[in-house]
Amino acid sequence: MLSIKNLSASVDGTEILKGLNLEVNAGEVHAIMGPNGSGKSTLASVVAGKDDYEVLGEITLNGKDILELAPEERAAEGVFLAFQYPVEIPGVSNVNFLKTAVNDIRAYKGLPPMVAKDFLKMLKEKQALVELDKKLSSRSVNEGFSGGEKKRNEIFQMAMLNPKLAILDETDSGLDIDALRIVANGVNKLKSLDNATIVITHYQRLLDYIIPDFVHVLYDGKIIKSGTKELALELEEKGYDWLIKPEMAQ
Amino acid sequence: MGKYTEEQLEKELETQEYKYGFVTDIETEKAPIGLSEDIIRLISSKKNEPNWLLEYRLKAYNAWLTMKEPEWAHVNYPKVNFQDIYYYAAPKPKKQLSSLDEVDSELLEMYDKLGISIDEQKKLSNVAVDIVMDSVSVKTTFQDTLAKLGIIFGSFSDAVQNHPELVKKYMGTIVPYTDNYYAALNAAVFTDGSFCYIPKGVKCPMELSTYFRINEAQTGQFERTLVVADQGSYVSYLEGCTAPMRDENQLHAAVVELIALDDAEIKYSTVQNWYPGDKEGKGGIYNFVTKRGLCEKNAKISWTQVETGSAVTWKYPSCILKGDNSVGEFYSVAVTNNFQQADTGTKMLHLGKNTKSTIISKGVSAGGSQNSYRGLVKINKNATNARNFSQCDSLLMGNKCGAHTFPYIEVDNKSAKVEHEATTSKIGEDQIFYCNQRGIDTESAIKLIVNGYAKDVLNKLPMEFAVEAQKLLAISLEGSVG
Repeated sequence: MLSIKNLSASVDGTEILKGLNLEVNAGEVHAIMGPNGSGKSTLASVVAGKDDYEVLGEITLNGKDILELAPEERAAEGVFLAFQYPVEIPGVSNVNFLKTAVNDIRAYKGLPPMVAKDFLKMLKEKQALVELDKKLSSRSVNEGFSGGEKKRNEIFQMAMLNPKLAILDETDSGLDIDALRIVANGVNKLKSLDNATIVITHYQRLLDYIIPDFVHVLYDGKIIKSGTKELALELEEKGYDWLIKPEMAQ
Repeated sequence: MGKYTEEQLEKELETQEYKYGFVTDIETEKAPIGLSEDIIRLISSKKNEPNWLLEYRLKAYNAWLTMKEPEWAHVNYPKVNFQDIYYYAAPKPKKQLSSLDEVDSELLEMYDKLGISIDEQKKLSNVAVDIVMDSVSVKTTFQDTLAKLGIIFGSFSDAVQNHPELVKKYMGTIVPYTDNYYAALNAAVFTDGSFCYIPKGVKCPMELSTYFRINEAQTGQFERTLVVADQGSYVSYLEGCTAPMRDENQLHAAVVELIALDDAEIKYSTVQNWYPGDKEGKGGIYNFVTKRGLCEKNAKISWTQVETGSAVTWKYPSCILKGDNSVGEFYSVAVTNNFQQADTGTKMLHLGKNTKSTIISKGVSAGGSQNSYRGLVKINKNATNARNFSQCDSLLMGNKCGAHTFPYIEVDNKSAKVEHEATTSKIGEDQIFYCNQRGIDTESAIKLIVNGYAKDVLNKLPMEFAVEAQKLLAISLEGSVG
């Protein structure tokens, strides 16, 4: 589904991603871990199409080159990013925001706007799915939301937009155990054989709830080790040093 | 009116910039160019005015001659040559009209283009419209329905003929001709406008609306609006304005006076969309307007304005809170783009006890425009327990525009409570990226963000106008993101 080849990205001349390769197939969950500053969030932003980077290499989604596409086109192609710090948009209700998003994506695909009745039905279903408080959808996008509410709202938006590839950028940060469980449940329920998920996290804890098929360690702009979910447990126990400086672990 | 959807909005926005920029080819009758006592006498005789009104005009003219053009506003423009303006232009009626069906077909077409089709008006029952083109009021709808309730609504000229006692009693009491330069000019040369009187205890069952249109080249528009709400009455009044796209600057100097007697309430909403000039700052309307209302005991006046047009705006709708417990409100969204300049705000003068005022001003500046809020809150020494809350927000787009806030607060009574909040923000790239990531392109994202920002004010508008206003905001900011 997602194929990243020899991807590098720099900002103001500083290279952050340095020739990264990653293959993600439909139906899979990949976890990306790594110490602070290793380039995890940059990877998420670059795939989503944030404008701040000089990018070289190749990113294809289902065989289609998306590097030249604008962020809204990538979103319409099925890329979704759950933000580490979701942005507040005062005065714009969640419902209105999502209606605009859903219909803009439909327009990209040549579909007519969704009938209001169907939209509301979908809204209710997805709210239930991620256990989102009904009153949050009529409030302004993320305005005055608690940290947990913001993260839950990201998963709610993900449910509404039904992406092919979802990237969760440290969605677990700032969540208490109950919120973590709800968010993870939402992600698990949205999983299917047709979509894929990339989970970026610092903590093995989230991976108890969202079981990854693969775990990758990102360090200094490159994936330096890949493995199965056991790798995450090993990282939890030993930290990163044994991978970064193998000679010290001897 | 059905529920309006974002998609419809999207569609309508596809092509348009300033869609009211057309000129209608209608034969007009014009007075000779320039300003003099003779011109004023001519206007007065054209309108068959009583002598007291001519005297009033001449006094105003002589006062104006001694006055100086105000220069304190944060705006910059070439001075107006007052001798280079036609002060009277009226669509020539082909014959005396006895019903709507006989209105000039070109006029009818123009109204259709403006979205105020008279056919529609006949069917809709919730808005009565008075249309003022160039210097004169051309048609008022629903007069009969309103008359049954004793409501007088129509052109100012008709009111002078049919209700001279009301006009004489109230005209110039709130904005005297000595008030300022443009008010004096208006009093001397005003040609028409709207007049409205709501009798004691009557709640006006429909929105009353005046639609102002400048059509002729080189004309000035000087209209007067006078709204009197008698004791315990209520009226909601709307005002819309457009003009053709012309290279020259045209002058619009209006006066609006509102009088809310004991326990009365007036809601006055404006969607100002005069031609703003082109992208290089050429042409556009100079909008120099004096608007003021008086509240007697327990009365309430709300000004709501959405200002998107005009090359230069100089406008401060104000409330004199004379009666005890009276309430004044000012809700404003002012958008400037390209080379537009706006200096707008309000004055809240608290004279009575327990008077309350609320000011919510939202400025949006884009392009190379300058947008200023200027407001005065004055609490007089007898205004015990007066309250004011002011909130002035500015939103900036790009880095070539300016937003300025000039709040003046004068308090002469220790029991007063005055609060002022101000914020300045930029549309954040992170906000736009967030929208983009959800599939929303940048133009739509800005539309969403700006409408969200202005929501507190847009919510105060009647439904029909709120939709119009949302569209206007989007249109006037089109192309402001590079």
